[in-house]
Amino acid sequence: MSIDTNTAGRVAKLARIAVPEEDLPKLADELNGILAFMEQLNEVDVDGVEPMTSVTPQRLKRREDVVTDGNQQEAVLKNAPDAREGFFAVPKVVE
Amino acid sequence: MGDLSKLTIADARDGMRKGDFTATEITKDCLSEIEVAKPLNAFVHDTPEIAMTQAAAADARIKAGDAPDMCGVPLGIKDLFCTKGVASQAASRILEGFRPEYESTITQQLWDAGAVMLGKLNMDQFAMGSSNETSCYGDVVNPWKVDDRQLTPGGSSGGSSAAVAADLCLAATGTDTGGSIRQPAAFTGITGLKPTYGRCSRWGVVAFASSLDQAGPMTKTVRDAAIMLEAMSGHDPKDSTSAELAVPNFEAALTGDIRGKKIGIPKEYRLDGMPQEIEDLWQDGIAMMKDAGAEVVDISLPHTKYALPAYYVVAPAEASSNLARYDGVRFGHRAGLAQGDGITEMYEKTRAEGFGPEVQRRVMIGTYVLSAGFYDAYYNRARKVRTLIKKDFEDVFAQGVDAILTPATPSAAFGLGEMKDADPVQMYLNDVFTVTVNLAGLPGIAVPAGLDKQGLPLGLQLIGRPWEEADLLNHAYVLEQAAGFVAKPAKWW
Repeated sequence: MSIDTNTAGRVAKLARIAVPEEDLPKLADELNGILAFMEQLNEVDVDGVEPMTSVTPQRLKRREDVVTDGNQQEAVLKNAPDAREGFFAVPKVVE
Repeated sequence: MGDLSKLTIADARDGMRKGDFTATEITKDCLSEIEVAKPLNAFVHDTPEIAMTQAAAADARIKAGDAPDMCGVPLGIKDLFCTKGVASQAASRILEGFRPEYESTITQQLWDAGAVMLGKLNMDQFAMGSSNETSCYGDVVNPWKVDDRQLTPGGSSGGSSAAVAADLCLAATGTDTGGSIRQPAAFTGITGLKPTYGRCSRWGVVAFASSLDQAGPMTKTVRDAAIMLEAMSGHDPKDSTSAELAVPNFEAALTGDIRGKKIGIPKEYRLDGMPQEIEDLWQDGIAMMKDAGAEVVDISLPHTKYALPAYYVVAPAEASSNLARYDGVRFGHRAGLAQGDGITEMYEKTRAEGFGPEVQRRVMIGTYVLSAGFYDAYYNRARKVRTLIKKDFEDVFAQGVDAILTPATPSAAFGLGEMKDADPVQMYLNDVFTVTVNLAGLPGIAVPAGLDKQGLPLGLQLIGRPWEEADLLNHAYVLEQAAGFVAKPAKWW
């Protein structure tokens, strides 16, 4: 599998990272180099092997589905680049 | 005074209790060392006021008696840990200006134990790198120097390794996703321990790859690693993967007796083209283990070769999900927008400006391997290979092996900038001996064991059974005593 500049552009878009058109060929090259390294995994016989979901054999703990936290509006907004009237502010989303 | 920053944690603890010196005196010495060590670029956010306040509190507590072991011990904290009210940026522009409203569980435990925060330490951006050259603060310089070149302190915990090796602090926190504690420890002649996955809480530590990330101590001695690990460990309800297991007294496990223990030597770690010095160091380590009365056996970990490619699927995949939160809305940097730009342009410009090239590369690789059509071919296959890598270790432990001895790194520290034009995969090879341990969730420790012919430190790695850090530390203690590594970098800064 090999990445062309179109695919590189699509991946950048999916990742929400602006990559200038002229940088796409170099990006495609780099991604191809890394993917070629990953191709080694195709040598391994993985028939019947379960994909790992947890490295330790513990079960995730359950708890009551209740509110345990809250009422921290000020702290939550403290680091926002743009907060107004108790909300995060972003450019217009709906036309 | 003036030399107190050179103390080990154990000596500082004992000396403060006897009244030989105070936490305030040690802290002042560390702060003045940090002041003159700017050329190393290890500390990036200094917190002298916090340090002096905490030191005074520690002195009062020690005077009152019954203070914990870490009380009054000045530490450096990797920039990946969220520290309340203090910049916590993961060495990235995207978290510029971020001052957390909360404290990570690990640092909170350290402060509760009386430890003193000197400041935040440089690192590779988002812990992605092996040479500390991807930081938004610039490169960290290794205090070790043998010619005109400036050397890498390793990465990603390169600020931590440089600060401890240069005696700017008594110890530091690090984090290890593929070798980021052990490789920099080996490059700077200090001890670095990655605990079993789940031993230390990940809450409040900026996430890179959540199934691999684990924090640990970076110290001057194995005893210090034992003392500091105890303070960092324990169950945390805020981290669902943190283990509900009792924390042993790790220091008490350092008996120096490993007679009858079985040490495995994995044949797959003997790489083609590995420098003779690394092979010789490994043989020396084997001899030390034998002299101490351990039984050394050859073992096989057949899937070792596939660990790095599996890691470079799993880690970027998890990173691409974890780093999705940096969108310019809730914290950190937001790009300036042009007339007519909408929310998509805001995300794309913010992330392009905020993330460095290596972070962008990994986020995009992760996005690709998780995208429709490639998920099975890359991500699921890598997770299956990870199962096999873990099974390799389980099989060996089932045969009665207590610990595994390997080199820590394939070379000594290299020059800053030397890998600049290499392709990214060349840099990834630095983690070849350490990454298996993260994939299998095991504890591993790097111990300084010798100098190469240029005079640079080299480390050996011991890998232990899950949750048996106590036994692992005891093996490391034996190795440390036998190797007798006492070399220090000559002060040039």
